Amino acid sequence: MKQIRWGWVAVATVPTVFIGYFYAYPVARILALGLSELNFGASGVQARLFKVGWFTLWQASMSTVLTLLAAAPLTWAVSTYEFRGRRLATALVTVPFVLPTVVVGTAFLALGVGGSIWAILAAHVFFNVAVVVRTVSTLWSRIDPSLQEAAHILGAKEWQVFRRITLPLLRPAIAAASSIIFLFTFTSFGVVLVLGGFRFATLEVEIYRQAVTLFDLPLAAALAVVQLVGVSLALYLYSTYQERKTVSWTLQRGSNRRKPTGGAVWMVYAATVLTVGLLAVPLMVLVSRSFNGAFYRALLVTDPVVGTPAVAVRNSLLFATVAMGLAMIVGLMAAAIITRRKGQLSRWFDMVLMLPLGTSAVTIGFGFIVALDWPFDLRATLWLIPIAHALVAVPFVVRSTVPTLRAIPEDLRGAASTLGARPWQVWRHVDLPIVSRAALVGAAFAFVISLGEFGATSFIARPTTPTIPTMIFRLLSRPGETSFGTAMALSVVLAAMTAGIVMWIDRAQAGDIGRF
Amino acid sequence: MRTTTKTFTLLFALAIATVACSSGSLSDAETPETLNLIAHDSFASAAAETGAFDAFTEDTGIAVEIIAAGDAGTLVNQAVLTKDNPLADVLFGVDDTFLSRALDEGIFVPHESRHIGDVDVDLVDPTNRVTPIDFGDVCINYDKAWFANTKLQVPSTLADLRAHLYAMHFTVEHPATSSPGLAFMFATIDEFGEEGWLDYWADLKTAEVNVANDWDTAYYGNFVRYGGESSMVVSYASSPPAEVIFATEPTDVAPTGVIEAGCYRQVEYAAVLAGTNYPGAAGELVDYMLSIEFQELVPLTWFVFPANQKAALPQEFLDHTIIPEDPARFDAAYIAENRDRWIDEWIEVMEG
Repeated sequence: MKQIRWGWVAVATVPTVFIGYFYAYPVARILALGLSELNFGASGVQARLFKVGWFTLWQASMSTVLTLLAAAPLTWAVSTYEFRGRRLATALVTVPFVLPTVVVGTAFLALGVGGSIWAILAAHVFFNVAVVVRTVSTLWSRIDPSLQEAAHILGAKEWQVFRRITLPLLRPAIAAASSIIFLFTFTSFGVVLVLGGFRFATLEVEIYRQAVTLFDLPLAAALAVVQLVGVSLALYLYSTYQERKTVSWTLQRGSNRRKPTGGAVWMVYAATVLTVGLLAVPLMVLVSRSFNGAFYRALLVTDPVVGTPAVAVRNSLLFATVAMGLAMIVGLMAAAIITRRKGQLSRWFDMVLMLPLGTSAVTIGFGFIVALDWPFDLRATLWLIPIAHALVAVPFVVRSTVPTLRAIPEDLRGAASTLGARPWQVWRHVDLPIVSRAALVGAAFAFVISLGEFGATSFIARPTTPTIPTMIFRLLSRPGETSFGTAMALSVVLAAMTAGIVMWIDRAQAGDIGRF
Repeated sequence: MRTTTKTFTLLFALAIATVACSSGSLSDAETPETLNLIAHDSFASAAAETGAFDAFTEDTGIAVEIIAAGDAGTLVNQAVLTKDNPLADVLFGVDDTFLSRALDEGIFVPHESRHIGDVDVDLVDPTNRVTPIDFGDVCINYDKAWFANTKLQVPSTLADLRAHLYAMHFTVEHPATSSPGLAFMFATIDEFGEEGWLDYWADLKTAEVNVANDWDTAYYGNFVRYGGESSMVVSYASSPPAEVIFATEPTDVAPTGVIEAGCYRQVEYAAVLAGTNYPGAAGELVDYMLSIEFQELVPLTWFVFPANQKAALPQEFLDHTIIPEDPARFDAAYIAENRDRWIDEWIEVMEG
């Protein structure tokens, strides 16, 4: 018994140390520094806080619900059916997820969408559809069809099967996707400012303004605490829900997609074309702008001031690989702990890992600055970039693997133990083969998050090594057609890389199926 | 022959020894191998790419490590937060908007640059805690083609913009989120005074002026030149030269122009950080930044004007822009005292 415990302790140590040193410690240091001088000011401030807090909560909830609705048809189509273009569609919807806000912002403005709350919500849906499609379809495509067939035989209609059988089984994945979208939009910064303007300030915007522009660190810290409390509450509700509502059932190893027949053909194509088509409109703006001159050639030319855009591609690929590796190690270990240890510890772990997604970039960035000079001075080193990316990516790895791991029936592991397998052997031979597909989804997310991340990185003091988003930002911060066109071309390259990587990983998954 | 070779060898060894000794005496506590320079992103990236500090390294043997730190506000905050264990020896990029905060926190040590005499006295900090390196004028830019097509006069005063026809085609940046936005707000306060400026903005609002969040959105989203609906946008006096340099087809005519009324001058400073172990060498680095050699790199690298008046301007700057005669400029203490209130009042009028 004792030996087993030690094994788990070892597995728990890695994610604990990672999150503890790179998240909890810096955030605690900066909040302590701010709160030590807190002294609530005029009543006008409090009124604004209430307004900002309420708006933040409202827009995040709305964005989550709207994204779920918008993503539903495509999720249904790609989970249930195997059809030509399925992989391409799944890859294409992931593209918006990585595009820099300012790029999407100018595209939306060119389409005449901007300056209203609807523009913000539309952009949030645009960015997050992929989270639903990918997280939910992983689980949906592998529901044992005999369950649904049984219901059919008992006389249930198609929608009754969906409501009574499929939907309840999908709840964990839907909840997982919702929690991520909620956190993402709860801390939305760039989208809100570019498309809504300052009138629609969220807590995140207000934290930035108080800390960076108005130098009111105490108030910024107080706001950051409000944000953390809100995020923790949402996460607590989520984890309670997960524990209560998750049922174990036998997942199929391969997917159960079938060829659509009859009316389904039309519905599948309608769902796919409509969703991908709508998401593609802003992308088409970028593409057409990028072809207004010889901008793709300019990507390879060394500009004396901003450098060679193509170099940024190499840097980004390097950072993304390191970030993905870190996120996979930390995320898989954490997921193993969360699913195998029931009770308080597991729930606590789950919540803390998700917190970085719901913490303002200013808090993390300034936290790094004040805290990470001990025991080694890591401030202003290159390592901070992939580490910051991994902090944001770990929740994706955890979220995409936990639903699958939870669905593994305990007696499967029990049987392995009875046959003499050690805990790590159980994990290796039972959990890992089943979870590997879900883990690849997590890896893909981690990789593309790192490719597109800009927020947290911009508050870290760091060497001047450019990544794709910082290069786009460099180009967009000076006037001129070439600057603008090259920025658009680089955005299209980023989009194409994302689609390519996602498709490649999907294919790797497919190859996996052949092995079984 | 042999002796000659021997002599040569001996002389060579001697030479090496001398060099070794002299470099040995250089690497005492006063002269570091590397100096760290922290700056906002746009300065840092261009400085690294252009090798703008290579000449300094050649002259002194000191390498310059450049650290990027977000925008100007983030930069000052980081410097304040790391006061006890600073990230760098020299900071560049604090402007008048954030200067008071930095000075109040005592994060800089005074340094009198040997080139300070070549700088316009209006830009110089009398206490020498910061050294002016460059200035940029925030001015309204207009699209020449649009005005030619509509046969409208280019407005020549801020008051002209009250007209609906102008205001509806004019984009300003939000003063709470954008540095040129804040500068333009200052220019209106300078022009209309504390009593009149809010009425001016109320008129602009009635006449449907456009407000963008930041410069990128205003210029690449709202400006008619890039597919938007505004023929005028708050940008910089150096934007027209940039339009010529980064044009897709070579051209000698800037497609945009600068309206001289309503310009505001932003000054950027460098300073020696209080926690440095090498104040002497750090001071040398600041001096290098004000030397003609570095100053002549400033216009085409960062699209601002050199503070050193002896530095020559590139042809593109001479041909395609103006240096406004009498731009508005507020001193740091005045800004620190009023900025937050002004922004709140502006928001009240424009969004209330």
